[in-house]
Amino acid sequence: MSAAEKLQLHTDTAQPLFSVRDLTRLYGPEKGCQGVSFDLYPGEVLGIVGESGSGKSTLLSLLSGRCPPDRGTVSYRDTTGNWVDLYSASEAQRRTLLRTEWGFVEQSPRDGLRMGVSAGANIGERLMAQGVRHYGELRAAGIDWLQQVEIDPLRIDDLPRTFSGGMQQRLQIARNLVSSPRLIFMDEPTGGLDVSVQARLLDLLRGLVRELDLAVVIVTHDLAVARLLADRLMVMRRSHVVEAGLTDQILDDPQHPYSQLLVSSVLQP
Amino acid sequence: MNTLIEVSGLSKTFTLHQQHGVVLNVLSGLSFSVRAGECLVLHGQSGAGKSTLLRTLYGNYLAAGGSIRVLHNGAWVDLVGAEPRQVLAVRRQTLGYVSQFLRVIPRVSTLDVVMEPALARGWSKSDAEARAKSLLSRLNIPQALWQLAPGTFSGGEQQRVNIARGFMVAWPLMLLDEPTASLDDANRQVVLELIAEAKAAGSALIGIFHDRAAREAVADRYLDMSQDMSAAAQQEYVYVG
Repeated sequence: MSAAEKLQLHTDTAQPLFSVRDLTRLYGPEKGCQGVSFDLYPGEVLGIVGESGSGKSTLLSLLSGRCPPDRGTVSYRDTTGNWVDLYSASEAQRRTLLRTEWGFVEQSPRDGLRMGVSAGANIGERLMAQGVRHYGELRAAGIDWLQQVEIDPLRIDDLPRTFSGGMQQRLQIARNLVSSPRLIFMDEPTGGLDVSVQARLLDLLRGLVRELDLAVVIVTHDLAVARLLADRLMVMRRSHVVEAGLTDQILDDPQHPYSQLLVSSVLQP
Repeated sequence: MNTLIEVSGLSKTFTLHQQHGVVLNVLSGLSFSVRAGECLVLHGQSGAGKSTLLRTLYGNYLAAGGSIRVLHNGAWVDLVGAEPRQVLAVRRQTLGYVSQFLRVIPRVSTLDVVMEPALARGWSKSDAEARAKSLLSRLNIPQALWQLAPGTFSGGEQQRVNIARGFMVAWPLMLLDEPTASLDDANRQVVLELIAEAKAAGSALIGIFHDRAAREAVADRYLDMSQDMSAAAQQEYVYVG
């Protein structure tokens, strides 16, 4: 690596990739989320934990451009180094971002996959949207990504409906990662899976996040998943972030009464 | 020799909100520093806060006050109040922690568990593998187990895998929480050798050793943490040798 490249890399990781200020959307008193601010750096994994109804999913929708906030800003530093204000950008700009530099892994693969087309076509969709038309290239990307997410490449022409739940979830991840995104949102990605399948998916995600230096915002109610994947956590309760910090510190030495309750309520198997 | 960690006025309290808001003052006004090539052994009865101190130094527990300054990549960083990503950078390059307990991740093989700290620093896979294999051999983990996830191993085997992981890369600063506890003589001897090698290579060590022989083998200084000591007396070191 040349000195110039090193410098470039250094300045890239020394600056946030994603910056959120006073993000608020309320559906009722303490319903939704309010006053959320944070910076996310390249390669950093932020976990959002809290009970059902605490505002985790609302926050994720606001962060990922799916729902405009009442107030506050979401800014993203794109590959050219320019900051884009998500909700003042044009619809076209926002959609391009969502399809290329960002990814979203839904809790249910049914919501994140096209169930009526083959696995290969699911993986190729983002590339086609970026203008890749060459069949051989799309096919090669499909095979490569099936292998990366540990699915037999011979299944490339099969419909996702014929896949198990764990395989569908892995296919959804491949479909998102094929465009080399820099920021991925995940909503309970291991939620509906058996424990044995969960372990495999978590291991895969851990490896991919490190290898590709992805920044990730992951919503989960499973503290073990949070410990395994997240560098830092935000604990949400009744629309507020009540505590934020290093993952193992929050889980082993929680400060806020609610975080203490949350951590002490987990059953040890 | 140069100082690698400087702790000053460190305090740690636990507020148990779910248990009538009881406040426990575990550490208060603790100050000490450790130099390269030196081993500071924490001394005091069970419950004196020795493990709490190590965990606070590692950033696993949140300090209530004071400062923990460590020399990281040539610059001083105060871990009290640092951003999570700063703490993680210090943990990747500067500050190692070895406990008796391995946190097992399903499906990840023993060799991968041991190699991880080196890969996180950007070692090549072959270099990391060579070092990991030599450590596992020294710590008498049978070769047949290397490709297996350590979840099903005995407690002693898991402990030794964790020690191999802890000594995988050179740490300027190492925290040791009873690494020799419940090991047989042969393996205890290997761990003591690894500690001696780290010291010789210029690491600053802070450790807890309940086993007297191990303690006497590695300690350069003791930090007395018995609760009847006054805060002022805690700042005095007992020199040995």
